[in-house]
Amino acid sequence: MSKLTRRAFITTGIVAGGGLVVGIAMRPGNQVKDLASKLGEGGEDLIHTYVKLDSDNVVTAIVPHSEMGQGVHTALGQMLAEELDADWSQVKVEEAPAIGEYASYSAGRRYLFAGVDFPNLVIPTVDGVMMRVADMLNLQITGGSMSVRTTGIMAMRIAGAATRELLQTAAADAWDVPVTEVTTENSHVVHAASNRREPYAAFATAVAEMTPSQTPTFKDPADYKIVGKYVPRRDIPAKVDGSAQFALDVRLPDMAYASVVRSPVPGGSVAAVDDAAARAIEGVVDVVVIPKSSVGGMLGETLSTEAVAVVADSYWTANRAVQALNITWSETGFESVSSDDIYAQFERDISAKTERETDRKAGETESAFASAARVLDADYHVPFLAHTCMEPLNATADVKSDSAEIWVGCQNPLGFRRDVASILGMDPENVTLNNHIMGGGFGRKARPDYAMQVALLSRAVGRPVQLIWSREEDVRQDFYRPAVQSRFRAAFDSDDNLIAWENTYTNKNEPIEAPLIPYSVPAQDIGYVSSPVHIPFGAWRSVDHSQHGFFTESFIDEAANAAGKDPYEFRAELLQNSPRHLAVLTRVAEEAQWSRPLPAGRGRGISLQESFGSLVAQVVEVTVADGQVAVDRVVAVIDPGLAVAPDGIAAQLESGIIYGLTAALHGEISIENGAVAQSNFDDYKSVRMNEAPLIETYVINSGHDIGGAGEPGTPGIAPALANAVFDATGLRIRQLPLGNFDLNYQAEESGVVG
Amino acid sequence: MSTSFWVNGEQQTVDVDPSKPLLWVLREQLALTGTKFGCGIAQCGACTVHIDGQAMRSCVTPISRVEGRQVTTIEGLSSDDGELHPLQQAWIEHQVPQCGYCQAGQLMSASALLSNNPNPSDADIDAAMSGNICRCGMYGRIREAIKTTSVASATDEKLFYNVAGVDHV
Repeated sequence: MSKLTRRAFITTGIVAGGGLVVGIAMRPGNQVKDLASKLGEGGEDLIHTYVKLDSDNVVTAIVPHSEMGQGVHTALGQMLAEELDADWSQVKVEEAPAIGEYASYSAGRRYLFAGVDFPNLVIPTVDGVMMRVADMLNLQITGGSMSVRTTGIMAMRIAGAATRELLQTAAADAWDVPVTEVTTENSHVVHAASNRREPYAAFATAVAEMTPSQTPTFKDPADYKIVGKYVPRRDIPAKVDGSAQFALDVRLPDMAYASVVRSPVPGGSVAAVDDAAARAIEGVVDVVVIPKSSVGGMLGETLSTEAVAVVADSYWTANRAVQALNITWSETGFESVSSDDIYAQFERDISAKTERETDRKAGETESAFASAARVLDADYHVPFLAHTCMEPLNATADVKSDSAEIWVGCQNPLGFRRDVASILGMDPENVTLNNHIMGGGFGRKARPDYAMQVALLSRAVGRPVQLIWSREEDVRQDFYRPAVQSRFRAAFDSDDNLIAWENTYTNKNEPIEAPLIPYSVPAQDIGYVSSPVHIPFGAWRSVDHSQHGFFTESFIDEAANAAGKDPYEFRAELLQNSPRHLAVLTRVAEEAQWSRPLPAGRGRGISLQESFGSLVAQVVEVTVADGQVAVDRVVAVIDPGLAVAPDGIAAQLESGIIYGLTAALHGEISIENGAVAQSNFDDYKSVRMNEAPLIETYVINSGHDIGGAGEPGTPGIAPALANAVFDATGLRIRQLPLGNFDLNYQAEESGVVG
Repeated sequence: MSTSFWVNGEQQTVDVDPSKPLLWVLREQLALTGTKFGCGIAQCGACTVHIDGQAMRSCVTPISRVEGRQVTTIEGLSSDDGELHPLQQAWIEHQVPQCGYCQAGQLMSASALLSNNPNPSDADIDAAMSGNICRCGMYGRIREAIKTTSVASATDEKLFYNVAGVDHV
């Protein structure tokens, strides 16, 4: 890939006040002329700063990732502090600002948003690695469970080690001793033979004049003191006393509040508005029609359709006034579409196999099915899902004639700034974006529509505006986890060996490997058909894994049952060539006491899913009584290569499991008359305390490349749960959510649910 | 129309529509932003505060209903000298919050529970806490933090810091 000809360098510098900064500089390379021209205006250097060392010996890690609860700031700080040999109590973590001086927007826009395949994470050289990190920084995207895998591995660790080596060299020069005799500990350099010990800060100025090694030496993981150890999260104290500042908590002088509504049928625009009743409400400032706007980006086009907003002296007033609006929406052509229609369309398109694309083709599936002693087939489908972050979408804007300031919690600060600038017709350098911690993100807050809306509102009324989406708007105007259908066939030989696996599903997104299976089945044909719908797509925690985890790990369970084998044993036999997978599966079976008998009415199910570089196996235990399922216990094992923050990994597993459990038990966005039928937590239910299972988590530090943590817990819970229901009842669940089914009734009818 | 009530021990008088929910008075008139908006229909518990010591959903409580009453928000949960409530300490010890957005409501529900029932059973915890949604799914940690507090502090008078707010009046 030609991008690798760009050069990136570890650099040092001095900040105001005399402190040291270490970071990455990318300079226009001279290897390829046309590439160089894309890297900045007039030879502009891109400087990315990761480490700051103050005169009081405080180390600050500057991380280009936003915090939505995943603990990324602490984990990345640990990675820096470890290689730097820093005193953890003297390490601070700051989120990088979304400013042009920090990351070049112009290079980012022209270079990165041209359909580049950038999450190729395996780059063997430091230069290449640094360039990748600079790319990520330009984007400032937090998602794909990638922060530790990219910024952590490629920037924090490298900057920490390079800085430590410089400090050792500077101390050796000052003390006139061999550098090999200078050691580091707790933010100090030490020369034991002469009993000298000085804080890092004593050498900050000297180091700033030096040239760092481009290939620093890393610690032996056996010597880790901070990475892989328990450290309390830095963001938690402010989250227990009400002082944590979310975007919703921004307060500006003369700030008005707004609520908004868009067409119930996605894509509709405003045909007419009768706002007389709304304007009559005391406190209403204005009623504004926000025009449609569209922006591009790494995640594809984000279409922010036309909306009507009320600006008022209180959110409560604004939202009441929105409800008093009488809006006629334009016809979209989708007014008669229902969920049943969409599933019928999927059925039609899967059966027709029109323009079927292939994910994996191995062996001879046709001959395997032709010669099979037995063939098993099944259709699965899952509904649309909304994200419902606890913090409803909101943003605050103060737009002036030639500049703007935005306060928002988002997963892509630089991208949001670019998009807001674009619709305001401003230069991005004139837009200041203040990114806040988020009350949940889950993929939704990578879409900038809410920030674009508030920018246009503030411009329209000429004062600062805080736009808050009602929960109803949040549920009805999401970018949804897609509804998906998946059709399977499995072939067995006369010895009940699984010899072929065929799968056709609707609508592929990412990650591309999500529908693949780790099991050695000699003949495989996995592919998809396109079946477009009018409901907008969004990345939802674990993206395509959220559906394919359920599909593939349920159908492999069906295959085990068809072969008359234990679901764990059957999987294990098919993983003999995948020792890492087998180790995770075996460990979960041991921890869950897989072979321990359960009383009648109880059941146990298992799943295995690799996603975002981590492997997760789960065992779920359920009780089925009176037609209802209760989830008693979940045992989860993750192999993330190395758990940087072990308690953080455990928390992310617990979180991913509950998030996936909510979807498995209750999650359903259904389409009626072209529109989303659900509106709030009363009809789009979430798992609560009384439904939450006991969760046990275990970590295997296998030493493989570090994997993600935020998403891998989610895909495996639905299949393990459905497999447990099968174990308890003999009923095979092939559609979600499970809560739609009366398990008693279905048992008498057919033995198959869905 | 003006309404007078007590918030975290201080008397407040606001001149707003009597049907305006307490949540929005706290956030907009009093700049007490620790109490969060989550659903607006008493389904998620993010807006939970104490009114005369009882956990209530402020998003559906008209301001007129709190005339003369004692309201405690997350900002008033710690003691006057700033020492954290035992539950807040347990929340840190168990590393409960992820995104943290629901945690003010969770803590207000849990503190009302322990004020009324210092040694709650699992069923008591389910009953008191199931009105509070946590989309990060930290229910196991919340349960453990409540249990730790109830065991360690069953006789701790801090648990009863301001039932009905009497020690602030």
